[in-house]
Amino acid sequence: MTFYIAAFVALLATVRVITCAVPVHALLYLVVSLLAVAVVFYALGAPFAAMLEVIIYAGAIVVLFVFVVMMLNLGEETVARERGWLAPRYWVGPGLLCAVLLLALLGTFAAGDTAGAGVGMVTPKAVGLALFTRYALVVELASLLLLAALVGAFHVAGLGRFRGPRP
Amino acid sequence: MNAVPLEHSLILAGMLFTLGLAGVLVRRNLLFILMSLEIMLNATAIVFVAAGAHYGQPDGQIMFLLVLTLAAAEAAIGLALVLQVFRHFRGVDADALSDMQG
Repeated sequence: MTFYIAAFVALLATVRVITCAVPVHALLYLVVSLLAVAVVFYALGAPFAAMLEVIIYAGAIVVLFVFVVMMLNLGEETVARERGWLAPRYWVGPGLLCAVLLLALLGTFAAGDTAGAGVGMVTPKAVGLALFTRYALVVELASLLLLAALVGAFHVAGLGRFRGPRP
Repeated sequence: MNAVPLEHSLILAGMLFTLGLAGVLVRRNLLFILMSLEIMLNATAIVFVAAGAHYGQPDGQIMFLLVLTLAAAEAAIGLALVLQVFRHFRGVDADALSDMQG
């Protein structure tokens, strides 16, 4: 049951992501969508993936998006707009969807069928064991990819080369 | 193990992927295109995790880790490119990029 509620929330939030006009509102719904997918992972018996989804996707990647949105919105009129965004009608939608997710998760706990108790649950221990024995090369490849992304992003963004906007 | 059949996870992933694809095709704001790309990558991650859970193997979650790494790298590079586009064109409209020469 948790799976279906979370899947519904994910679909709803994703529809709102691609139909929102303002990037920040879309980001709010994107966070809800990613949290819903995390709950889906939990319901599927993959708590490690659920944690990573929350920490890296909903945490790191969305924060990156928020930073870029902030950098793109430099100007005087944005302060007034920012004040307008604090109006409840902008965050009540994501908030309600999050509340549904929380209720689904609490319902799972209350029913006592924590996905962790299942036979087919893939524990973080199993993932770690496989990751650092059979898939050690994958860890190296992932670290190389991240290093390449770091160097590439630093070079492409080139924050030191341009001072201020070009004419 | 799970009460959830594999097909339902695959349907969810397919719907999310289609929504992301629609976002990429419909929106002209580069930020929204990047967000839709994240949604599509997320949908593929659901497939990996669901398949891993279905067969009770950790391999699915290891592929999920790789997808996560790829998404992080893609977001970093993509957002750096968006910043550069904003500097050069004073906007993040994807259609403005068709003016680029060479």
